[in-house]
Amino acid sequence: MASIVAVIASTHHPFYYRATTATGEDRPPFADEWERKILAFRETLTRANPDVLVMVGSDHFHQLWLDNMPQFLVGKAPFYDANWYNEEREFGLPRMLLQGQEDLSAHILRNGLDEGFDLAFSNELRIDHSITCPIITLRPEADLPIVPIYTNIFAPPLPQPSRFVKLGESIRRIVEQWPSHLRVAIIGTGHLSLELGGPRQFGPHGPDPEFDRRAVEWIASGDLDNCLREVTLDSLHSPGNATHGFMDFMLMMGVAGAGAKADHVDTLDLFHTMEAYFTWYPSGAPA
Amino acid sequence: MSKYLIDKFLYTVDRDPDLVERYRSAPGELVAWWEAERANTVLNCMTGESSTWLRFTDDERQALIDHDHVRLFELGAHPFLTLTLFIAMFERDNKEPLEYQKAFGARLAHFDLPYPDIAT
Repeated sequence: MASIVAVIASTHHPFYYRATTATGEDRPPFADEWERKILAFRETLTRANPDVLVMVGSDHFHQLWLDNMPQFLVGKAPFYDANWYNEEREFGLPRMLLQGQEDLSAHILRNGLDEGFDLAFSNELRIDHSITCPIITLRPEADLPIVPIYTNIFAPPLPQPSRFVKLGESIRRIVEQWPSHLRVAIIGTGHLSLELGGPRQFGPHGPDPEFDRRAVEWIASGDLDNCLREVTLDSLHSPGNATHGFMDFMLMMGVAGAGAKADHVDTLDLFHTMEAYFTWYPSGAPA
Repeated sequence: MSKYLIDKFLYTVDRDPDLVERYRSAPGELVAWWEAERANTVLNCMTGESSTWLRFTDDERQALIDHDHVRLFELGAHPFLTLTLFIAMFERDNKEPLEYQKAFGARLAHFDLPYPDIAT
């Protein structure tokens, strides 16, 4: 059976690429520290020596639209083109081409359906920065095949937070049962408190530092009980109007497992949002 | 209410560089053209298989023509779509980094929780 060699949860900040490739006067003052933290985070994946990446993210109204909106969607394609015109325009993100791992996509779809998740699928999926940001930060060579999994954290009505956790638990179990010798890393990205297009956006910190502090503690300690007790679809409006992206962190807590302490925890307090990086090694830390 | 149609306008204009420029420079003309020619296009269907019933209310149409992102927020337009398109149109006029983004937020300062419902 396949082995899960790393579980990784991260924010996906689209400004990282531009900030850390800028030089001279264009380079923002926080870029050096940000890059140092990312290089340390990247090393946690490199050390695990994965063959395949399962990538959990959320389409930001790029390919998925309100005339036909899936709640959870698995890509199954030999290749995925990546990044969109408006991401080039606003964030300076490069166009990318990633290889797919169709056997694992098929395995996740079949078993996910059989476990009670009516997963949508796509045979032609152009992915966006929720998946390419962690490729850029964690595996900039973009040389490993992926299985993209999209969640709807964006267009209400949304699934309940507990559903994200359960999907994460199922993904963990399903990947562990994949009849393959390959080493799989499961990587998912979301947000802590975040406001987009509302009065609290682009402040000196994230819109709710106290929520961020508690959220990092829940994730780092695998405290699903308290997280699920405090987080509801309604409560997530309070820390910031885009904070429902936190449910992708909850999905990754489901993958890591209740009570699982993260082996790597790091944060960076930036303007507009708090960055947060977590790695678990389910099979023990690599030598 | 046609929140869905406002969102469809923001979404389809934002992803087309020519439409972004037309919306910035001639919003009245662009909104009238879009409502007549594009509002009823089902995005993954051929022409001839369009919808027949979508139109803006007068209030919604005027908010779009006026580039009135505060009114769009009040009407329940998806704030991510509004922000992305308005940054595309107006960030270029910044005299300092994030000037437009901060002013955009400041103009919404009178809104308290709960914000207008964005469910479509």
